[in-house]
Amino acid sequence: MALPRLSRSFTGLLVETSCLIHQRTFRVSTVAAAIQKLTRVRVVDNSSLGNTPYHRSPRVIHVYTKNGIGKVGDKVLLAIKGQKKKALIIGHKMPGECMTPRFDSNNVVLIEDNGNPTGTRIKVPIPTQLRKMEGDYSKVLAIASSFV
Amino acid sequence: MAACSKRLDKFIVSLRLLRNLQLQNERFLSTSLCRWAPGNDSEPPKFIPPSKPVIIDKTQAVATLRKFLSPEFIPPRQRTNPLKFSMERKDMIRRRKILNVPEFYPGSILAVSMADPNATGKINRFVGICIQRGGKGLGATFVLRNIINQQGVEICYELYNPRIQKIEVLKLEKRLDDNLMYLRDALPEYSTVDPDMKPVPFPPTGEVPLNELKVKMRPKPWSKRWERPKFNIQGIHFDLCLVPKQMEHAQKWAQPWQEYDMLKEYDTSKLEQQILSEVQQEMSK
Repeated sequence: MALPRLSRSFTGLLVETSCLIHQRTFRVSTVAAAIQKLTRVRVVDNSSLGNTPYHRSPRVIHVYTKNGIGKVGDKVLLAIKGQKKKALIIGHKMPGECMTPRFDSNNVVLIEDNGNPTGTRIKVPIPTQLRKMEGDYSKVLAIASSFV
Repeated sequence: MAACSKRLDKFIVSLRLLRNLQLQNERFLSTSLCRWAPGNDSEPPKFIPPSKPVIIDKTQAVATLRKFLSPEFIPPRQRTNPLKFSMERKDMIRRRKILNVPEFYPGSILAVSMADPNATGKINRFVGICIQRGGKGLGATFVLRNIINQQGVEICYELYNPRIQKIEVLKLEKRLDDNLMYLRDALPEYSTVDPDMKPVPFPPTGEVPLNELKVKMRPKPWSKRWERPKFNIQGIHFDLCLVPKQMEHAQKWAQPWQEYDMLKEYDTSKLEQQILSEVQQEMSK
């Protein structure tokens, strides 16, 4: 019984099992992803761009990874106040590995193209696994106030 | 005669009072006399409080220690070989001999020190309220929740992970439910724990205190529909956030036949006693 290939990029795809007697369908949802395109995100540093109110919340429009899923330490492109800005993911709501913290909001820090953070201070606690990650995050870690 | 006896009584009472007063004065005098340091007129005498009296209640028998078996020791009802569970128990006891895993329940406040290669000083300390205990055997986990700098943080720790250096129970208490995941949708004051909290001492005998706190929730929508009977939550103050009509609507998802389902029964009392005696024996070696 060859089951049809399930493409996971569409939500709510109905799949029919090729059984002659019963016709049962089941739904397939997208892979639970941490931060992907069009997620609303919370900017945590004290930059003016991140903190001034706007009628639309900052959204992710591109994730710079091989698959379109962003976890802690990945760079993303945000649309804030009608402009495009790069940002670094600091914490997400999806549970990660065991012993790593899970935050109640998707936190992000605005970043320039060379990796320098836009703001000068991060009040929110930051996971310690950022230290070991590849990529020069030393300047972001320097402005962090507390680690979890 | 009666008047005379009354006056006599009064006289005796007043005598007694005078004697008591005298005695009291003598007591004060005697203690202060003893405590004066010899030849120290420049400094005032330091007040040393009298020693507290030790009350030994001989009427009460020696109270027994509270028996507690960690829930991850109880094997799930599966078709696996019981040898697997006994081997796992041996490994768990070996780890427990090195690291003291105290007794705690969902709702207690814990502080966990974990070895972190990324952290400064190599040790990462996190204080939080335990919202869930899950897993069986060596993969047993518990989730701690706290709110730091107005950001809610949850960490899922593995009990038997060698990275854990120390587990301290700062406050031992039980709540009305086993699973406090609804704290994510409750007001933040219910999840905040002071990281510099001093440990509250609790006696090893007697019942664990039950905190009958009913939590106030944020406005809906919540992450899960906690009012539904499948979660069976006692610890939320539903009267403040839900109308009786909504509560009735939630009861539509009730499955009242489940409590009569005999195939779902899993009586662990005998198994628990057997495992508890085994574990206590092994730990005392």
